[in-house]
Amino acid sequence: MSALAAEGLTRRFGGLTAVDDVSITLAIGELHAVIGPNGAGKSTLVNLLAGELRPSAGRIWLGREEVTAWPSWRRALAGIGRSFQRSNVMRGMTVLENVRLAAQAGEFPLRRWLRPAAREHGPLRAARGALTRVGLREAEERVAGTLSHGELRLLEIAMALAMRPTVLLLDEPLAGLGPEEGERVAALLRQLARDHALLLIEHDMDVVFAVADRLTVMVEGRVLERGTPAEIRASPAVREAYLGQGA
Amino acid sequence: MSGLFAQVLNGLQYGLLLFLISSGLTLVFGVMGVINLAHGSLFMIGAYLAFVIARWSGSLWLALPAAIAGGILFGALLERTLFRRFRTREHLDQVLLTFALILLFEEARSMLLGNDFHSVPVPAALDFSVPVTADFAYSAYRLAVLALCVLVAALMFLALERTRMGSAVRAAAEKPEMVELLGLDARRIHTLVFALGTALAMLAGALAAPLQSVYPGMGDKFLIISFVVVVVGGVGSVAGAFWGALLIGLVDTLGKAYLPELAGLAVYMLMAAVLLWRPSGLFARGA
Amino acid sequence: MVVAGRAGHALLALAAAGIATMPLWASHYHLQLASTALVAAMFALSLQLLVGAGGMVSLGHAAFFGIGAYAIHLLPPGLSVLATLPAAAALAGLAAAVVGALSLRTRGFFFLMTTLAFGQMLFFVFHDTPLGGGKDGVFVTRPALELFGLVLEVPRRSRPAVMLWLNLGLLVLMYAGLALLMRTLFGRALLGIRANEDRMRALGYNTRRVKLAAFVAAGMLAGVAGHMQAMTEAFVNPELLGWHRSAEGLLMILLGGLGALHGPILGAFAFIGLAEAGTLITERQRLVVGLVILAAVLALPGGLAGLRLPRRERRQPAPAAVEAARP
Repeated sequence: MSALAAEGLTRRFGGLTAVDDVSITLAIGELHAVIGPNGAGKSTLVNLLAGELRPSAGRIWLGREEVTAWPSWRRALAGIGRSFQRSNVMRGMTVLENVRLAAQAGEFPLRRWLRPAAREHGPLRAARGALTRVGLREAEERVAGTLSHGELRLLEIAMALAMRPTVLLLDEPLAGLGPEEGERVAALLRQLARDHALLLIEHDMDVVFAVADRLTVMVEGRVLERGTPAEIRASPAVREAYLGQGA
Repeated sequence: MSGLFAQVLNGLQYGLLLFLISSGLTLVFGVMGVINLAHGSLFMIGAYLAFVIARWSGSLWLALPAAIAGGILFGALLERTLFRRFRTREHLDQVLLTFALILLFEEARSMLLGNDFHSVPVPAALDFSVPVTADFAYSAYRLAVLALCVLVAALMFLALERTRMGSAVRAAAEKPEMVELLGLDARRIHTLVFALGTALAMLAGALAAPLQSVYPGMGDKFLIISFVVVVVGGVGSVAGAFWGALLIGLVDTLGKAYLPELAGLAVYMLMAAVLLWRPSGLFARGA
Repeated sequence: MVVAGRAGHALLALAAAGIATMPLWASHYHLQLASTALVAAMFALSLQLLVGAGGMVSLGHAAFFGIGAYAIHLLPPGLSVLATLPAAAALAGLAAAVVGALSLRTRGFFFLMTTLAFGQMLFFVFHDTPLGGGKDGVFVTRPALELFGLVLEVPRRSRPAVMLWLNLGLLVLMYAGLALLMRTLFGRALLGIRANEDRMRALGYNTRRVKLAAFVAAGMLAGVAGHMQAMTEAFVNPELLGWHRSAEGLLMILLGGLGALHGPILGAFAFIGLAEAGTLITERQRLVVGLVILAAVLALPGGLAGLRLPRRERRQPAPAAVEAARP
């Protein structure tokens, strides 16, 4: 069964249609990569799935439940974790505090609001676990605003992981990483795909073809082609529209 | 029936005055990202300027060009010396800076002109009533204010729509980063917008002076009602300020005339309704 | 926003002890002045929950202060303070819930304008309708100091001292309560929202609900401060709700330091002290206050608390409130 499914998603901004009738399904155990040139609507698609934007048309299901009208925070609680294309963290707080806030979100019903934060050991453990997984454990006391660009990308992933989601939407998690860090994150992505439904947006074609189980190619807001890496590599339409541009 | 007609005219005329004030407020925020609480004080300064000039020259006529010219100069000066430096500061700093300006303007007013209420006579040439229908006449001065405001609004829309500078200002109000993308001189636009906003507020003050008395703290009332206009109309949009101002002017005037027990609460209820229904403003683009 | 460390709290406790001994050595006039400062400190502290902790710059906060004050006028006279104080907090909290639910549909500049407008609406309710006794204000009967049936009769002479102790006690309680609150899950979430609201939503926080809770709590605390204002002065007028008082509260926060919970207390004392010193020099209080604000905004971005806190305690860099305050 699909973990997240969208049907006929469309989003218009004024006269511009950023996402045009896109359907997509994500299943646990599968890494689904979305590629396409700049302005193809990939980030808009992530924002629609995460609930940051409302679709102009189309529907979204999380498991069996329709979530089209849900606000982003409710979808996040229901199991959609995401990272942002541009690092988007609480810059004045420490790395650990950032990830702990992510881990705590699920344990924040009204009756627990007044519990002393220091006594919450569960989220702390979850936060440290996520930091270890992305290799940022050493940096946990640093203020997030002082991290390097690459470290911020890792923090984004750690925050998404700490939410213990079933669906992970990762918007260019490797952008700006060095080759070593990039390789580690690519390995992490493979590992995460085992027990998550993972949507990956990425520009580095080598990484995409190495880690993805399925690919969706978007051009100008529409789905151009869809298939396994081998099928996509062989598709003349993709070649012409996208890979042909020297990639 | 003629009573209602008079109230509607009053409401439109009040709304158009509000437009002169709130269009500057919304443009300054939209283009510069600056919250100017002292905008109401500029209105007060315009009114007092009219009072002083009318007392000195015996007529209001000189006050109008003086308010415009003085406003442009004063606004440019304020922008160059203070507001430019506060563009990138937090809202809290902007709030406090402009609050300090209110206090200083009020104190200066008190030192120079005292704390009394004053009235400004309607210009003699317009001190009569125009018969509008068989049994209903309306103050010629109020009609003139109405016409002048419509003229200013039309000029403003023309300038915004038809000139290069105007489209730059519109672009800046919608997306401040656009200015640099278009290769325009942001500093010139800021000075221009602030100077114009000041001139409009002072002109509104001068026009309003004969309609009500000139008194300490009069700026506050207009500042707050302009905020309501901007919230109802949608921030950063001159068209929003225009329709919002007319709506608020009508609702306030008609509300006070026909539901006096609600006092001045009608406009706030309208604002509450707008916040519930369309929090980004009735006339904002998109949602 | 940081809560002072052990050394900071020791200093604050020392200052509180010093104020508590004032009836032994200070004149009635100065006792009353100290009470004014304590009430102002309560008000500014309640506003700090919004601004410093939640990143919500409100210009309507004084309305809840004023409603707390008018509660004494609206309630039947002769009640115990144990009844009037919670009632004042509840009334102010109720008003804050309505205003907050509407205003929090907006952010940044819009939020500022809507809180100001709704605050002025409440001001007009007390200014223009018979509800509050008219625009010139009205004298009120002080609530009785009654504890479990025991009535404490305060002779006129010792009233300033009793009011001072009462105000001091409440301020200490309020500060301690807020310091604890900042350490709860709610406090952490609020600080996270101040730092980056959009990200907190994406993490699964219903940020509007958290902010509304903070708004109501701050309104209730402002109501407590207002109640004490009315009880201290035995007089209420619509100016208590006016937006100039909200702006003064923001000034106290800025003077004392946006980044520290105790900042507003320092700021309130500094503000009342400066205003008092100003009136000694010149009649023109507005001039003094205006110039003080200009100086503070231009020269003292970290506030008094920023000057006093040892550097090592400031783990966070100067508050990144630009992000927090932008719409």
